Amino acid sequence: MFDPRPIKLTVNGRAIEAVVDSRMNLADFLRRDLKLTGTHLGCEHGVCGACTILVDGASARGCLMLAVQADGHAITTIEGVASADGTLHRVQEALSRHHGLQCGYCTPGVVMTLLELDQDREGRALSEDEIREALSGNLCRCTGYQGIVDAAMELFGSQHSSQT
Amino acid sequence: MSGNLGHDRIGAAMPRLEDRVLLRGQGRFLDDLAPAGLLEAAFLRSPVAHGLIQRLDITAARGLPGVEAVYTYADLRPLMSSDHMPLALPAGGLRHVIDPDVLAVEEVCYVGEPIALVVASSRRIAEDALALIELEIEPLPAVVDPVAGLEPHSPPARLGLPDNLVARTGIDYGDADRAIASAPHVIRDEFRLSKGGGHSLEARGVLASFDDIEQRLTVWDSTQMPHRAKSILVDALSLHESQVRVVTPDVGGGFGPKAVFHPEELAIPAAALLLKRPVKWVEDRFESFTATSGERDQIWTMEMGFTNEGKLLAIRGTLRYDHGASTPYGIALPYNAATNLIGPYDLPAYKIDIQLCLTNMTPAAPTRGAGRPQGTFVMERLLDRAAEKLGLSREEIRRRNFITPDQMPFPIPVRQRDGSTMEYDTGDYPRCQQEALAAAGWQDFPARQKQARAEGRFIGLGLANYVEATGRGPFESVSVRISPSGQIIAATGATAQGQGVKSMVAQIVADGLGIRAEQIEVVTGDTQLTPSGLGAYASRQAVMAGNAAHHAALAIVEKIKIAAAAMLETQPDDLEVSQGRVHVKGVPDHGKTLAEMARALAGAPGFALPGNLPPGLFANSDYMANGLTYTNGSHVCEVEVDPATGTVRILRYIVVHDCGRMINPMMVEGQIVGGVVHGIGATLFEWMRYDAQGQPLSVTYADYLLPTSDVVPRIEMHHIESPTPLNPLGVKGAAESGTIGAPSVIVSAIEDALKPFDIKITELPVTPTRLRSLLRKAKEVRS
Repeated sequence: MFDPRPIKLTVNGRAIEAVVDSRMNLADFLRRDLKLTGTHLGCEHGVCGACTILVDGASARGCLMLAVQADGHAITTIEGVASADGTLHRVQEALSRHHGLQCGYCTPGVVMTLLELDQDREGRALSEDEIREALSGNLCRCTGYQGIVDAAMELFGSQHSSQT
Repeated sequence: MSGNLGHDRIGAAMPRLEDRVLLRGQGRFLDDLAPAGLLEAAFLRSPVAHGLIQRLDITAARGLPGVEAVYTYADLRPLMSSDHMPLALPAGGLRHVIDPDVLAVEEVCYVGEPIALVVASSRRIAEDALALIELEIEPLPAVVDPVAGLEPHSPPARLGLPDNLVARTGIDYGDADRAIASAPHVIRDEFRLSKGGGHSLEARGVLASFDDIEQRLTVWDSTQMPHRAKSILVDALSLHESQVRVVTPDVGGGFGPKAVFHPEELAIPAAALLLKRPVKWVEDRFESFTATSGERDQIWTMEMGFTNEGKLLAIRGTLRYDHGASTPYGIALPYNAATNLIGPYDLPAYKIDIQLCLTNMTPAAPTRGAGRPQGTFVMERLLDRAAEKLGLSREEIRRRNFITPDQMPFPIPVRQRDGSTMEYDTGDYPRCQQEALAAAGWQDFPARQKQARAEGRFIGLGLANYVEATGRGPFESVSVRISPSGQIIAATGATAQGQGVKSMVAQIVADGLGIRAEQIEVVTGDTQLTPSGLGAYASRQAVMAGNAAHHAALAIVEKIKIAAAAMLETQPDDLEVSQGRVHVKGVPDHGKTLAEMARALAGAPGFALPGNLPPGLFANSDYMANGLTYTNGSHVCEVEVDPATGTVRILRYIVVHDCGRMINPMMVEGQIVGGVVHGIGATLFEWMRYDAQGQPLSVTYADYLLPTSDVVPRIEMHHIESPTPLNPLGVKGAAESGTIGAPSVIVSAIEDALKPFDIKITELPVTPTRLRSLLRKAKEVRS
């Protein structure tokens, strides 16, 4: 059943050439072949959002994409978000400041969704409802979303949240 | 300068130490571990709820390239010390002890029960091989309802048992029969309450590796209770204690199910022993729905007697409980539910018969809240009904029944698991409710509600109060060691699944040593580094490990001072420890660093140790519980219901919470908000459904809905701090509390919103379909 296919892509700015089994999904390719284990799998049927990555800047479910579909595309994973020297991105800093993570399993997907939101808003201030809508594709069982929403409100919000 | 500048203190909202690693995707979760030579496993699981295996042919599967082994029960049995997994938690009321099997022997008793295990070079190949196993099962009648299952002529959920009454227990104090017979008012109602699963985003997983040179088995387990797992593995596999190490990597959420030892946690180590290679199994989400324990139906048939003034006289009834197909975790859950019914109220007489029915569904065990939300729900619904009958307001009937602060400590004649009598330690229940009502604008609400109704909108306000027994014993351990290199390591038997346990322990030890929390390395969940420990259950770790950390920090400071006094030729009382140094009070330069102290206490050949102390800069504390400490809370929420669709929207949600002294208010609030949202899910969305044959119907997150960010409100939080006298830090638990009040308060608000229709909700979850059906019936009655 092994059906090898060559692919070329960039991952976090690095050019990658690989041969993958045609049925391997992108999340497994990132996790197993490239050892980028920050992309987590929570449901493997496209609901939970833990495996959210950016494909050419747009969010996608790593579990619903095959590795061969990434051929020719630029992928960003959580490992490509902080600076090389370890300095956290302001989204990551805000999540910590607002206790927007607990077990950390959904966190990489949440960060990727927030990066996309920041890019799409084009500088426009967002309401809490808009932020909650944007995050509704990322399940989190720990935080009740409040710390995540507060972090996003601080960075992108039209009004600062009453609670920190 | 003062020695107390610049150190982390108990009570501060300190950012967590865990965050930086997790935010960068550098956490090490079970599935991230990939040792050389790793094999991966997949389980063949029962496709039927009840049946007898007639044929199990693994020949073709064994022949698939890449498959290393296919195991059935017969292959693993020679490694096992007993036929069944040696699990049973002690429980007085158990009539049938039904420990699960590592793999099914002949009879399968729920969909998802493991039958065979394939180990292959990858999970994909292992799953390919599953498809090649030939399995024939003769179906048997399935027990899928805990009420019908207890009827005399019900088929058995497990062959050979005389009945399905797996356990029977109860509570009986006061004279409830007489009180109800003579009560001026009696109301009766029946409740059918589902709760659903834990649903940690990281499902379960196990990796086992046997070192043939050292003859040691290491098991990485995504568990809440590694020490229990180790002890079961030692028993089940007849290994020496020194041969088994269980380690928890980063764990992506627990919420109860990971406290239960499941068959895979034995099967995978057994496979690693047989193959002498590392074997990993990571649960997929379908397996998580069917093979991981969760909570299910509780059916309560209840009566409440009360006076003309609304004072409670007695509660009496029966709780029938779907316990699933085995008894992996005792019978704590329905007993929690029954005891938590009492809540913050003075209930003079209470009699409940608790019947646990064995069924052909996944074994039931606690998820966050552990039965308490359901018990609270029954009490709060009965109070609302009684208030309505008497024409009292909902807050007034509660006020008239509260246990008051001057009655504390308040004993309740109910025996607990450890044999002691229930006793509430501290709390101001009337004030807690009052503050919640004030924050919600309770007094002004009727006017707003009237106006909304005039506009055709149905809004309602709900109220619920509850308590939670937290900090369950018997003990938890923390050891603090300062090494000659100056590194400070705190190792604890407490385990971390996202609560921030490492930060909590570090914050307390840092407070004691006068340093920054980040200077301390905290080790959790490793049986090799902590000889004893229990782990995460019953909202206990801040109470138990927190106080152990406090004791250990005090003890190591004491030891430092005695040793330093000898070295500096002064008295221990003249010294203080701060900023990583011990020095004469007020003279920071006259002292030693902690590393110097550790080196002095490490000893040198032939020289005496300073202060004639035992060697090593080390302190261990096994903190023993001094009884359960009771957290309490009052929730008020406002909802809007659309009668046309049955949709409920939560507009506001207020929590006034009292968990005693808070070690880190930010983390406490994180626990409460997460708990409330778990409760919102259980009330409005989450429903593990089975059909009449015991087939699960909700096995994806498209069928089983978890609450998402767009359907949950902001949780507004207020705190009261009533420190408990039961532990030195004065802390109570907070991890499950938020969940407990949520179903009660939301349903109270829905009924209030739909008052014109006179709806009475007796089932959880409250789905749009169920609400529409109630509305239809209400309209039929009116017309």
